[in-house]
Amino acid sequence: MLINIVEIVISVLLVGLAFLALSGKSMIRSVMFLSLLSMLSVISFVLMQAPDVAVTEAVIGSGLVTSLFVFTILAKKKAGAKE
Amino acid sequence: MLQYAAIFMMMIGLYGILTNKNVIKIIISLNILEIGLNIFIISVGYVKDGIAPILTGATPAGSIFVDPLPQALVLTAIVIGVGTTALGLSLAKKMYQKYGTYNLDEMGEQ
Amino acid sequence: MKKFLAFALSIGLGVMIILALNSNEFFPSMGEADLSERISNSFLNRSVLGSAQDVIFGETEVTEGGPANMITAIVADYRSFDTLGEITVLFVSSLGVALLLGATKQKRLDLNFKPNFMLKVGSRALFAIILMTGIYVTIHGHLTPGGGFPGGTMIASSILLLYLADDTFRTQVKGFKILESVAGSLYIVIGLIGLFAADYFLVNFIDNGIVGTLFSAGIIPIVYVLIGLKVRSEISGVIDNFLTEEETV
Repeated sequence: MLINIVEIVISVLLVGLAFLALSGKSMIRSVMFLSLLSMLSVISFVLMQAPDVAVTEAVIGSGLVTSLFVFTILAKKKAGAKE
Repeated sequence: MLQYAAIFMMMIGLYGILTNKNVIKIIISLNILEIGLNIFIISVGYVKDGIAPILTGATPAGSIFVDPLPQALVLTAIVIGVGTTALGLSLAKKMYQKYGTYNLDEMGEQ
Repeated sequence: MKKFLAFALSIGLGVMIILALNSNEFFPSMGEADLSERISNSFLNRSVLGSAQDVIFGETEVTEGGPANMITAIVADYRSFDTLGEITVLFVSSLGVALLLGATKQKRLDLNFKPNFMLKVGSRALFAIILMTGIYVTIHGHLTPGGGFPGGTMIASSILLLYLADDTFRTQVKGFKILESVAGSLYIVIGLIGLFAADYFLVNFIDNGIVGTLFSAGIIPIVYVLIGLKVRSEISGVIDNFLTEEETV
């Protein structure tokens, strides 16, 4: 019974966050929503009894991909602040 | 229920690739498509009341395991997604150094 | 007009997948998969080559598929050729990033913040903890979930922590490039030894011990340590290329 409630809540949150990540004009907000989406997918991997995939996605999704996006966007602010 | 959420995420990701004008948002939509695809592939191999496919000292004899073959394929797919994202972001950085903007419409006019 | 066509295309993709999901030829409904008619049954019972024995933890000595973690057995023993393809894809993407963003003389990117002195010294303690966790996950890949890929990425993220906390830190890029090429070639050399000593390319030619001890499962721990070293060097190189710029003297 508890597993069913958790499953429904995570499904609704997945679809809602995917909508929010694509609308809006600010780029840094979409990157934060993508990082949240990675963490929710780790929870759903654990629910489906797959620990190997969950560890790999947790390390890659939170550390690497988010920091690569932030380093790319940071150059825009630096050029904007100099001129 | 998780399968329908994953199919919906794939549809949102595909729509985002086709109609966005910002280069970084196109790469974000590609990542959303890949997350939805990975959840869908693992949900194909799920058996009800199964346990994770690792032998330990505490598993009872004759227990039902979850299908291990889709998990090995998704492990490869996650790492390949990281490589693709890194190459796409370095291309976006070079485009910004040359044209000064991240918007595809303004790049075409110069 | 373009938006309407894109909308129709994505709705068409969704309808196609849902129709295939509801008909019982391709997919059974979620949770009702019958494993005895799929090939994973012979993976789980370690009987791909025809041997039939009961696998009990800590007692039996298996003849094929040594490790206790069945996903490691699939990734590094039964389907080892796919892992070779994945290593090639990572190598090509790291090569592309280095070609696009590299230059001959480089200095650190000059951002607008200066880290504190306490941050510089205190992050060394955290670096040691993450390094130990990464090495443990890599070496015990055949007994616990994990393996070469998450372990190598954990060590690379400890180097990312050092980059963020210190303003003038750069790793030795030349040493990591040599380490990466040596690890990649050793993997292929092990495969060729398998070809000449036994029958196939990339076969397990050291005999498996008892299921569940540290020194079991043939060449699989050695292969995973090599993969972990290679992944760590590549991702460190990518992070270093993103955070430096060309020195204009």
